[in-house]
Amino acid sequence: MTGTINIDGQNIPFEEGQTIIEAATAAGVYIPHLCHQPGYTPHGSCKLCTVKVNGRNCSACTFPAADGQTVINNSDEQQLDRRRITQMLFVEGNHFCPSCEKSGNCQLQGVAYHLNMLDNHYPHFFENREMDASHPDILIDHNRCIFCNLCVRASQEKDGKNVFGIAGRGINKRLIVNSPSGQLQDSQIDVNDCAAHICPTGAILIKRTGYQVPIGQRIYDHKDISEVALAQENDNGQD
Amino acid sequence: MAKIKVATTSLAGCFGCHMSFLDLDERLVALAEVAEFDRSPITDIEHCGPCDIGLIEGGVCNSENVHVLREFRKNCKILVAVGACAINGGLPAMRNHISLEDCLLEAYRDGIGVENAQIPSDPELPLLLDKVHPIHEIVKIDYFLPGCPPSADVFWTFLTALLEGREPSFPYELVHYD
Repeated sequence: MTGTINIDGQNIPFEEGQTIIEAATAAGVYIPHLCHQPGYTPHGSCKLCTVKVNGRNCSACTFPAADGQTVINNSDEQQLDRRRITQMLFVEGNHFCPSCEKSGNCQLQGVAYHLNMLDNHYPHFFENREMDASHPDILIDHNRCIFCNLCVRASQEKDGKNVFGIAGRGINKRLIVNSPSGQLQDSQIDVNDCAAHICPTGAILIKRTGYQVPIGQRIYDHKDISEVALAQENDNGQD
Repeated sequence: MAKIKVATTSLAGCFGCHMSFLDLDERLVALAEVAEFDRSPITDIEHCGPCDIGLIEGGVCNSENVHVLREFRKNCKILVAVGACAINGGLPAMRNHISLEDCLLEAYRDGIGVENAQIPSDPELPLLLDKVHPIHEIVKIDYFLPGCPPSADVFWTFLTALLEGREPSFPYELVHYD
């Protein structure tokens, strides 16, 4: 089935099987997201892409486009909800941007900038989360994990491995590594794997590559993530 | 027209935000025509009197910080969290997952190069809190200026908007967390 959906008053065509976010991206309409990545099985966990479809909240990354849908994406209400969701992500982990290698290139930060997030609103959890620096080339800093599941999907769908998993529920949720010791060094991951590079935050980093790009030249220093994401995802994402 | 009164202080901060404020350079002259400082490192006034705007740098790490923050809230019509540490605790809050005892032992007894090891216990020293907190967890904050530090342009955009009676807003270029 093909047809047209209407996002914020703009008619947008879609093709058979496309989700709302896929149709929107193809038409140059940005819907904020973190766990969605073109070419990966939709996960629908970060909820940033929540839009109103015919009056109901739906995740645009999982909801199929259907002819005649009225979608509200860029309303004050949706943007406030997204800011609150992003603030919750910030206070749940330990996101200290000034000391993070990913700063300036971080999608979580980019989305927060896009949403004009000036404060964290909620009380901080200051949870004690461990780091795994066991692997010679790859670092996991659990303080920055937002459980988007992209590394899990990358390992399974792109690398043909099964290195990562999300264990526990609710506040006990955590990223785990599939190895006898639970350490990354004893897993099958390789520094060239997609799973080592897909992290939208600074939770999974390649060692000895930090701070190579000076402040002012990093991805989100001057460009809004809406612009960056649309360009990247329309360029190479639909594989 | 009476000048507006501005008070500033640094709690658990590094004074980097104050240095950035001074980066207003010649714009400070224009500011001085419409504003004057109450308590601030610039005036050396010890206690804050009634003010229009209070700028708070740094998070809350000890009992004195709590008292100063409450004094500012009581006296300032508009209280502003300035910089990463005031907003989320920042670098000092990275001690939050280490117990206070371990922090003190590492800094004053077990750390490399420590001589005459002893944990400071002068009664005049404010007691440390077990965790470093963002200031919005202690008192109500009216505005937030992110950045480590916020640039002089952030201060300027914010203060000129307030002085002109506009709601402050920041373009993309001025919102950053590092």
